[in-house]
Amino acid sequence: MYKNWWKVLGAILVIYSTVAGFLMKTPELPIIRESIRNLYFHVPMWFSMIVLFSISVFYSIKSLRSNDPADDIKAVESVNAGVIFGLLGIVTGAIWAKFTWGQAWSFDVKQNFAAIAILLYFAYLVLRNAIDEEQKRAKISAIYNIFAFPIMVVLLFVLPRLSDSLHPGNGGNPGFNAYDLDKHMRMVFYPACLGWILIGCWIYNILYRLRDLERNKLSK
Amino acid sequence: MINNYLCDRMNLAEQIKHLIKKELLLEWRSKYALNGVLLYVVSTVFVCFLSFVSTDKVTLNALFWIIMLFASINAVSKSFLQESRGRQVYIYTIASPLALIISKTIYNSMLMMVLTVIALGFYIMVFDFGPQDLGLYLLAALLGSLSFSTIFTMVSAIASKAGNGGMLMAILSFPIIIPVLVVLIKLTKNAMDGLDRSVSLDEIGLLLIINALVMSVSVLLFPYLWRD
Repeated sequence: MYKNWWKVLGAILVIYSTVAGFLMKTPELPIIRESIRNLYFHVPMWFSMIVLFSISVFYSIKSLRSNDPADDIKAVESVNAGVIFGLLGIVTGAIWAKFTWGQAWSFDVKQNFAAIAILLYFAYLVLRNAIDEEQKRAKISAIYNIFAFPIMVVLLFVLPRLSDSLHPGNGGNPGFNAYDLDKHMRMVFYPACLGWILIGCWIYNILYRLRDLERNKLSK
Repeated sequence: MINNYLCDRMNLAEQIKHLIKKELLLEWRSKYALNGVLLYVVSTVFVCFLSFVSTDKVTLNALFWIIMLFASINAVSKSFLQESRGRQVYIYTIASPLALIISKTIYNSMLMMVLTVIALGFYIMVFDFGPQDLGLYLLAALLGSLSFSTIFTMVSAIASKAGNGGMLMAILSFPIIIPVLVVLIKLTKNAMDGLDRSVSLDEIGLLLIINALVMSVSVLLFPYLWRD
């Protein structure tokens, strides 16, 4: 049990942030109104995705050096978990955009580039399916994963800053910190981020252990 | 081992020089890539000319880059996909993987730069499409062909090792090339409108950074890919 404290912490933080996110006081702002509560769900999704993809790159590098199939499975399962969070980030973003910008897909740069970043990881999963031989698959997909990661960083963190965006903090818009993220919101927002990241790691952990059990059963 | 022996004898620069010479010689004998891709570009430009009745400059600019994107996928993907297994093994025994990826990238960049400049000239002629700042447009075209070749060379190496040619190449490279394409279209639009060059410094810097990033990652990763 003492090893699983972070799972408990993640669960408690997510439950807390969900309950508090809907009940706590938020600043009253025009247009965005109560939909500001989506901040507690939309943004943590992206943070969790980035953390999971970073874990995946870490294990890809490790698997290139060690040739251990376990590292390869860790890399692919963290991408699988990360893609789920990316899709959830897009969906929560689309719902938010529907209420504040008027259209679910507003052709905002961040929306477009986030979608492309997810395509990158779908390409990684397709590449894996294209190769039958296990060791070869581990090696080639690890190389593509490492190759794609800096491009994803450019897509998500560099390009949106170069052009106008409806998102706060881009293209001359003030960042969320400037005036809407007050003391009450911070008390929910930071725990929410940490909680969802921990839950993401937990999902990845379960996916990996399932795959590992399957592999051990096959090899017996 | 013969591999180590030769690596010691010929240093990296020497190997790169020889490999580029080999590529140029092969290309000169068949003239397949240059003529083939040139014909591809010219016919695509004609098809576009006949299908677009009237267009504004922004569309024409985007169209040019889309044509160049497909042309360069065809030109660059051949560097690894069309090399026979036997020849790959032969090169593996005589050259270091580092020399191979660097020489292929340099050769592909040279090929793409020639192609892009010819294609741009033809495009300007057919569409009567004169950017106001031709110098900047040319610089953007050269930077674009450089980025296309660095990215596509590595992706074609990955696709060829995966053993599933053309389709995989497109799936793997499109998401990677999109950021470059977006920056290029923005940069060339600045050149078309004849904006002051200091406005475009951000984009030029970003393209150079992406190229340096891709190139260093390829150099780091290619030895793992090449070793079967």
